[in-house]
Amino acid sequence: MITFIQFLITGLRLGSVYALIALGYTMVYGIIKLINFAHGDFIMVGGYSLFFTIPIMMNVGIPGWLAVVPAIVVCACVGMLVELLAYRPVRKTGNNLTCLITAIAMSFVLENLAQAIPAIGPDPKVPYTLFAKTISVGGVAISHATIITVAVSAVIMAALYFFTQKSRIGCAMRCVSEDKEAATLMGINVNHTIIVTFGIGAGLAAVAALMYIAQYPKVFTTMGATLGIYAFVAAVLGGIGSLPGAVLGGLLIGIVQSGANTYISSSMSDTFVYLILIIVLMIRPAGILGKNVGEKV
Amino acid sequence: MLEIKDLNVFYGAIHALKGISLTVGDGELVSLIGANGAGKTTTLHTISGLLRASSGSIVMDGYDLQKVPANTIIGMGLAHVPEGRHVFARMTVEENLRMGAYIIKNQKNISENLEKVYSHFPRLKERRRQLAGTLSGGEQQMLATGRALMTGPRIVLMDEPSMGLSPLLVKEIFAIIEELHKSGITILLVEQNAKMALAVSDRAYVLETGTISMEGRAADLAADDRVRKAYLGA
Repeated sequence: MITFIQFLITGLRLGSVYALIALGYTMVYGIIKLINFAHGDFIMVGGYSLFFTIPIMMNVGIPGWLAVVPAIVVCACVGMLVELLAYRPVRKTGNNLTCLITAIAMSFVLENLAQAIPAIGPDPKVPYTLFAKTISVGGVAISHATIITVAVSAVIMAALYFFTQKSRIGCAMRCVSEDKEAATLMGINVNHTIIVTFGIGAGLAAVAALMYIAQYPKVFTTMGATLGIYAFVAAVLGGIGSLPGAVLGGLLIGIVQSGANTYISSSMSDTFVYLILIIVLMIRPAGILGKNVGEKV
Repeated sequence: MLEIKDLNVFYGAIHALKGISLTVGDGELVSLIGANGAGKTTTLHTISGLLRASSGSIVMDGYDLQKVPANTIIGMGLAHVPEGRHVFARMTVEENLRMGAYIIKNQKNISENLEKVYSHFPRLKERRRQLAGTLSGGEQQMLATGRALMTGPRIVLMDEPSMGLSPLLVKEIFAIIEELHKSGITILLVEQNAKMALAVSDRAYVLETGTISMEGRAADLAADDRVRKAYLGA
């Protein structure tokens, strides 16, 4: 029983991180129908930002986790710059395929640029471990990091959902994702809305980076690649373009991985992730919560 | 109110509008009739900035609309009801209407305009919580029209409002257009249903493959043999 609860908690924690990343994928896909392959690398940017700023914060007596604030700012700026300098010009003249290739290219550009910075370099770095204490509830050991990860993710997801449903800019995002021409006719600045979406998505990746390095304290330039793939699978599984879908997909993949690690073999966990993906897509090609609302003519 | 001079628009290599000129006076209902592909929708898209002309000018109240960003044109008092409605299918009716008032920041003004639109279209009020994608074609046309009225525009461009609607609904939509016209709103109407369009309009232009072939009072055009043969099926 304890093993079962432990597996579930680990899965929930891992899944929360995937969900935060998947939200970024799904928001960008929702608005410009682009699978932003560079999104995973925003986590790496956040990871290094945290690696450098946590010691500075702690030296001046500020709690280390507050380093997430500059990390969010750095990630949001990088995300917006990628959109502004790479995707927007390509979108103007190219098609979906050229945009996709640009996204893959941007992923490599970010990884290589990071490596070229002398303070980063090719070798992995070990950041300060945050939230390392654990508490025990009925024989189950739960780390502070786990509680914080799950709680913070839940709050962020709820806030994000509320934001997109109720706020002015959130409603503008939904309009742009549905119909850019009609959105323009409403007076919405489409490019402005797209860049804000990139900023928010990349900012969420910074939070995910904080949660991730609390769990696996290691940062390296390609750390976003695998994480990004899992989150991408999570977004597709849940129904790409759907925010609740991204959360559901993220949690599901976290729990499946954790279950495979606990009960079968850690080397088999990826197999199960993709097996679930294939089965779900065979039954529901648009993902679990993905839907196609037909337009009447 | 709106003056278009010598407008040339290209789609890649296709010369879609070949130097058209037209004017819409204050409070007028002007229609633009013509066959498929004549350039009617292109004209409206260029006016509202979704397309840019290669030459020519579109002047409204002394401002050249070609020189301002497309999303600021609605703030100048020009609203556009696009062809095929283009309602936000995954939003509710009321959300759609509120998006029509996106540029208005005062919540009280928005609520007032919302009530005004609901009084024009009681059916929309009944369906306010329904997703726009689940409405019938006629209801979607009402929603698209209501959405365009949410800013209290002085001029409305309407693109094929009767497209795909049953004869009964076409009558209903044209009654609404006349009502808006009577309330003082300037309207530029694009229609394939030339008979109905000419019946409600003050003046009209006939567009043929990117050029204006005829213009004049709507009643005169409706009586013209060439127009009757080509567009009224007489």
